[in-house]
Amino acid sequence: MLGLNRRDFAMLLLVAALALFAPFILNPFPTASGLSQFNAGYPDLMQRFVIFGIFAIGFNILFGLTGYLSFGHAAFLGVGSYSAVWMFKLLSMNVLPALVLSVVIAGLFALLIGYVSLRRSGIYFSILTLAFAQMSFNLAYSVLTPITNGETGLQLALDDPRILDAANTAGSVPVTSLFGLEMRSAVTLDLAGWSFTFSVGYYLCALIMLVAFYISVRLFRSPFGMMLRAIKTNQQRVNYTGLNSRPYTLAAFVISGMYAGLAGGLLACMDPLAGADRMQWTASGEVVLMTILGGAGTLIGPVLGAGFIKYFENIFSKINDSILHQWFSFLPDWMENLLVNIFYPFVGKGWHLTLGILFMLVVIFLPGGLVQGGQKIARKLGFGKKSNSDTPAE
Amino acid sequence: MGILNVQNVNKRFGGLKALSNVNLDVKENTVHAVIGPNGAGKSTLLNCLVGKLIPDTGTVTFQDKSVLGKKPFEINQMGISRVFQTPEIFSDLSVLENVMIPCFARRDGSFKVNALSNMMGQRDMVDQAEQMLIDLHMIDKRNMHAASMSRGDKRRLEMAMCLVQQPRLLLLDEPTAGMARADTNNTIDLLKQIKAERDITMVIIEHDMHVVFSLSDRITVLAQGTPLVEDIPENIKGHPKVKEAYLGEAA
Repeated sequence: MLGLNRRDFAMLLLVAALALFAPFILNPFPTASGLSQFNAGYPDLMQRFVIFGIFAIGFNILFGLTGYLSFGHAAFLGVGSYSAVWMFKLLSMNVLPALVLSVVIAGLFALLIGYVSLRRSGIYFSILTLAFAQMSFNLAYSVLTPITNGETGLQLALDDPRILDAANTAGSVPVTSLFGLEMRSAVTLDLAGWSFTFSVGYYLCALIMLVAFYISVRLFRSPFGMMLRAIKTNQQRVNYTGLNSRPYTLAAFVISGMYAGLAGGLLACMDPLAGADRMQWTASGEVVLMTILGGAGTLIGPVLGAGFIKYFENIFSKINDSILHQWFSFLPDWMENLLVNIFYPFVGKGWHLTLGILFMLVVIFLPGGLVQGGQKIARKLGFGKKSNSDTPAE
Repeated sequence: MGILNVQNVNKRFGGLKALSNVNLDVKENTVHAVIGPNGAGKSTLLNCLVGKLIPDTGTVTFQDKSVLGKKPFEINQMGISRVFQTPEIFSDLSVLENVMIPCFARRDGSFKVNALSNMMGQRDMVDQAEQMLIDLHMIDKRNMHAASMSRGDKRRLEMAMCLVQQPRLLLLDEPTAGMARADTNNTIDLLKQIKAERDITMVIIEHDMHVVFSLSDRITVLAQGTPLVEDIPENIKGHPKVKEAYLGEAA
């Protein structure tokens, strides 16, 4: 089906179903219940899930498949965002040309950085990419202010030219749309205490993520993907097999840079501003964490990892001490205070600590990431030995 | 002139003269062994043939074309394959995939890939790779993870990967190094079989005399970077210069 084998197609369907029903799945608790703060089914966050999913899928093509650990991928994300916002400023509020430009510019930028960085491999490659990304970040902050608007970040303004839709810019700054369908418009469905929001922006992102996922599955199963895996495993043998590995690694680098550019463009489509922070090394590190946490080299792992980290960042960080007190209020005072003091460093601003511990546990006990964990559980429950649908590049 | 011709090759590493005035002429469809004690320059010579090292002076030609200055992958495309001392295979991939990669490289050595086609849908390449595995008696291991095989099997797989490219010249760098006797004998049988079944020239670097004398048509003895003698195996066996090089005593 669609050029995929049965297992891959089943996985594509699974991802499609998850994306389609995300507003329900991520909203398991009624709005009025005390647990509703764990609901993640609001458009802003769901958009983040899928956008960073795209970012991680692309990163996985380079890291998981080809074995090159880039520490500067956020640069492409930032370039994508800037390109998209410029498109909104100059041409039109339609997201389509903005996304096209983000992908193209990020691809060209990746070609340049990749051409230089791929002369080295291993740690030297990582350092080179890190250096390039930090350079881009600092340039965006200082010298390139005319293009990036420095610290403030690039924003839309009323007097932007917007050649294609100059007519309807009366009064307020227009919003991003797809041929008139506004990204921020949403329908809310109230159902017996639950409240589900379906937003246009989210479904556009989800659709693009599905296409991106589909392309990555095809890449994984193609001769090109096999060559990339060969390069990851044994570059020496590749060279002595009559293959020049450079064009392959460069292509992988550019493709994954374009994925990052697409993600950056989508971020700008959902919220039309772009700041230099998006290019900082912490953002580059985050995508590495996502990929490893989910399972590097697996198909679905990066998407899971992205969702996992974004959930922590947005939900876990909101638990403050008053919420903790509320949870443990049924206990005697001294016990309540004790428990709050124990849990407090791990939530709220301390969510990084929890994430760090989880990350360590995953790396030590599940080197294959969450996907490996899922496989272990599936095997325990007796879903056949062959349920490991994406082991080839384990 | 033979298929592979080495003329007056010199190579220095700092103060060490690794190769001095090496001449070698390998006739087509023969097995030519290069032997010598440790440090004689055997591996340096081999590395000069595959483009890993560039000789300081001298010429290396293959089928009358110079290989000097070419990259390893370009030399491979000329028809030279190499087997390493420790088998260099794609250990994360399955046995079949290992053999399919050279099939693919052979077909489109340059960068021509349909990135979205399905690898396993390339029937002709799958068939070619499977036929190679049948020839080398490892078809039953086709879906095995290459890393989990024995050393002898890894060597066999590496041979399959080289042979599926139908090279004109196969270079073997100590193909039996570190192997148990049984594995060594298997490898000798395998090489004999390969030799019998196809038109191929082999250059074997080796210091195991048993292997050398059971396989080769001609032998070159190398000592301290210089060729001592070149002759048929029968004449090498009792040659005084060879004894001297190996045992360090005046014969």
